[in-house]
Amino acid sequence: MLGAYLPIIFLVVIAAVFGFASLCFSSLIGQKKPSEVKLAPYECGCEPVGSARERFSVKFYIIAMLFILFDIEAVFLYPWAIIYKKLGMFGVMEMAVFIVILFVGYIYVWKKGALEWE
Amino acid sequence: MLSLHSYLILSAILFSIGAIGVLIRRNAIVIFMCVELMLNSVNLTFIAFSKYLGNMDGQIFVFFVMTVAAAEAAVGLALMIAFYKNRESIDVEDLNLMKW
Amino acid sequence: MDMLQFPANIAAAAGVNFAAIMPEVILSVIAMALLLVNVFINSEQKAYLGYLSLIGIVVTFFSVVSGWGAPQSGFNNSVLQDNFSLFFKGTFLVSAFLTILITDQYLKREECNWGEIYPLILFATVGMMLMASGTDLMTIFLGLEVLSVSLYVLAGFNRANLKSNEAGLKYFLLGAFSTGFLLYGMALIYGSTGTTRVAAIASYISQNGMVLSNPMLVAGMLLMAVGFSFKIAAAPFHMWTPDVYEGAPTPMTAFMSVGPKAAGFAAFLRVFIVALPAMKADWSELLWVLAVLTMTVGNITALKQTNIKRMLAYSSIAHAGYVLVGFTAGNAVGTAGVLFYMLSYAFMNIGAFAIIVLVGRKGEENNNVSDYAGFGFKHPVLGMCMSIFLFSLAGIPPAAGFIGKFYLFSGAIQAGYVWLAIIGVLNSAASVYYYLRVMVFMYMKDPTEEFDWLAVSPSLALCLLLSVAGVLIPGIVPGTLLDLAQKAILM
Repeated sequence: MLGAYLPIIFLVVIAAVFGFASLCFSSLIGQKKPSEVKLAPYECGCEPVGSARERFSVKFYIIAMLFILFDIEAVFLYPWAIIYKKLGMFGVMEMAVFIVILFVGYIYVWKKGALEWE
Repeated sequence: MLSLHSYLILSAILFSIGAIGVLIRRNAIVIFMCVELMLNSVNLTFIAFSKYLGNMDGQIFVFFVMTVAAAEAAVGLALMIAFYKNRESIDVEDLNLMKW
Repeated sequence: MDMLQFPANIAAAAGVNFAAIMPEVILSVIAMALLLVNVFINSEQKAYLGYLSLIGIVVTFFSVVSGWGAPQSGFNNSVLQDNFSLFFKGTFLVSAFLTILITDQYLKREECNWGEIYPLILFATVGMMLMASGTDLMTIFLGLEVLSVSLYVLAGFNRANLKSNEAGLKYFLLGAFSTGFLLYGMALIYGSTGTTRVAAIASYISQNGMVLSNPMLVAGMLLMAVGFSFKIAAAPFHMWTPDVYEGAPTPMTAFMSVGPKAAGFAAFLRVFIVALPAMKADWSELLWVLAVLTMTVGNITALKQTNIKRMLAYSSIAHAGYVLVGFTAGNAVGTAGVLFYMLSYAFMNIGAFAIIVLVGRKGEENNNVSDYAGFGFKHPVLGMCMSIFLFSLAGIPPAAGFIGKFYLFSGAIQAGYVWLAIIGVLNSAASVYYYLRVMVFMYMKDPTEEFDWLAVSPSLALCLLLSVAGVLIPGIVPGTLLDLAQKAILM
């Protein structure tokens, strides 16, 4: 039964040899002429100004995190909004449960003070 | 009109790029971006199949994958911030306190 | 332009049946309530959250018990609460209960007494329960992710501790990576069978025999096997385990090594035995290799560990290997053995970790095997408990670990995998060395330093009591539990 997978093993071996050989050849044969301009970071053709590695306040990350979480939930609201009339009371209740669950998370975040900028 | 094959090949390529990126990149955020690329290539596969089969299940699956990816992103960012606070780095080479 | 037809009674058409997800609903409502309570109380009152979550688990457990023998399916057959899932749900609830009992003392010692840990444990348990009762790839995926996302946080919970940070981040990066593989496998199976329902996949395959040679289906199966193997920490996808288990807060290590592993097996069994029985010849060979690798790698690497958490991490890899033996057999004895073993493993492993919590000092210190020198004399009762857990892990009678291994290996022999059983027994014999090494330190070495008085909190004492009972009772009279396990596998 395992013999059926023999071609896959061959393929893996060939792929590995090919990849390794290409890397070796390019480092042996390829030309390398680094210059200052080539190595500089590309900034839309302008002269780079300052370091690109400035530190951002951690607050941005927390806001971004919360944004992703609450934003993505809208993905469930769109299909629901298109057909909610046909779903009737059942659809309203289902979405109410969903919103309540989100609201629990919102209260938690709020009380934890994650929404305050100061 | 593109055929199912084109979509599948594209998503397989994207998935491989993501998987290779995870293996060779060293910045935790870039690694996570590669994981996201993998997940989105799976989404593409699901949608292509869903369209081809005329079956909605694949599209519904994609909704859930997107939500889960967002939850993972939030948790991942939080873990990276916690790590950065203590180590001043998010390079995975610095994940080296425990070795076997 | 209205293509969608809506039946008059939408709820009935969507198969809404809350009886099928009652335990999950109860537990998630309690977890959300605790999350809210947590932000309104001060830090001295956090322990009440622990008590409340224990009450929540007991209530959920009653709901699980009352559902026994009455299978409920719902939501267009995307969940099925049968005896199989109920048995696993019981296992998850037991492991969550025991974990919460040992959490409080640890949190106070490490000064990270944040109440969020209790809702997170409950959410992780909800995820595990969804995995066990999921009969649709979608529900299994969602359950898995609810579990994983909670676990990433739990692994990195002690956020001031560098090792915990590292464990959380490592687990997160590798876990998300493996999720990608699992999902791609699910997508390919969906593409080749046109459905995500486990039962429908099985009937599609049995009606269209030629799809078995379809490379897309085989690739899907392999990718899913990779994803699940990661979650149950089977070699060669186990590399994250020792680091994560060593770095994570000790009670969370106990939890992670038991509950999620059982949940991974539940989903793995459900998908492979129910959906892909036609490919059994393929996947049982694959699992054979996985089982041998997992047992051997786990045991051999565990031999030279000095940190006891790391040693138990490798031991948990080896135990996943033993359970894979029963899975490979795939017959009634082997599968019942899987269920029996996961439950008894919950008791013995969390019990052992309770002792580790007790011996450990602030900052995750005092976790080396040599720190147990003289422990057995200074604390005879605790030493006795630890010995019982270690005996059970090593598979020495009369502990439950022995009975469990006996059923796993005899299942393999009945299915004709004699060599697999022999390798399993040899591995089990090798494992005795490193379990007994801890006991040698406990009883035959003099303590290197004066032992402090170990303050055993009442909840931790209760955990030890329950664990000892859970190891010894099924070990001496296995009949009842085995009977339950056998009833549970009639899926």
